[in-house]
Amino acid sequence: MNVLQQSVPLSWYLLLSALLFALGVVGFLIKRNLITVFMSIELMLNAVNLSFVTFAHQWHAVKGQIFVFFVMMVAAAEAAVGLAIIIAVFRARATLAVDRIDLMKL
Amino acid sequence: MQLILFIVFAAFCLAGAINLLLQTHPINSALSLIVVMTSLAVLYLQLGAEFLAAAQVIVYAGAIMVLFTFVVMLLNAGREERTLGSKAAAIVGFPAVVALLAVLATVVLHAPSLDGAAFGDNLSNQPGKTNLDQLSTVLFTNLLLPFEVTSVLILIAILGAVALARHGNGERTAGE
Repeated sequence: MNVLQQSVPLSWYLLLSALLFALGVVGFLIKRNLITVFMSIELMLNAVNLSFVTFAHQWHAVKGQIFVFFVMMVAAAEAAVGLAIIIAVFRARATLAVDRIDLMKL
Repeated sequence: MQLILFIVFAAFCLAGAINLLLQTHPINSALSLIVVMTSLAVLYLQLGAEFLAAAQVIVYAGAIMVLFTFVVMLLNAGREERTLGSKAAAIVGFPAVVALLAVLATVVLHAPSLDGAAFGDNLSNQPGKTNLDQLSTVLFTNLLLPFEVTSVLILIAILGAVALARHGNGERTAGE
């Protein structure tokens, strides 16, 4: 079969989504900067969105895409509030390193 | 065509995500996250989600990442200092990530009946209805209330962000 006409197996999309999610979790664990930790969360949200779209394609159901739409809206709201919190934290502690922001740690 | 596009943009995605982890400066991480999100938009297009591809570029790669880069520049965030990290992450976190990835990969690769994705696939069996048609029909009839609630949520988020980020009554608490 011609390589130009070959279709992509949907499991590859799901595998990519799992890989991106795992990379997001690893980033959440190893990054030491508050903003980069927050970016890793966005990466995880994107990975889950990809699997939503893939399953919507598989089941021919538009509801999965609508889920992604709502996730995007909530992510926008979350990013606005989260970054405002980061600005407030920076103003109070003058640092973004998560190791120095440990007031609530036991 | 399908396969080549998928491989190229999946590689971009993974490279961007790995670069996000390796970079020490937040602005470089933000730029690689933009690469990830834009490549994901192309993958959405391949899966027949035209509207979501546009929304991904506009909302994620546009609005949210501009917000991120703006905050990075506003706070003048420097390189992050490498520390040992938490013990809990090393003991529990990384094995858990590997286990999660292994489980997901096993399940996905053994899934019995997954179709292939071909370009221009219609989502339903109604020919002539575009993706945007179907999406907006459901969104503005069945899910009108959640849609309107989302707009209120975003309004509240904007107000909350302004309230959090402004100086409280002119007092300054910086510098401990």
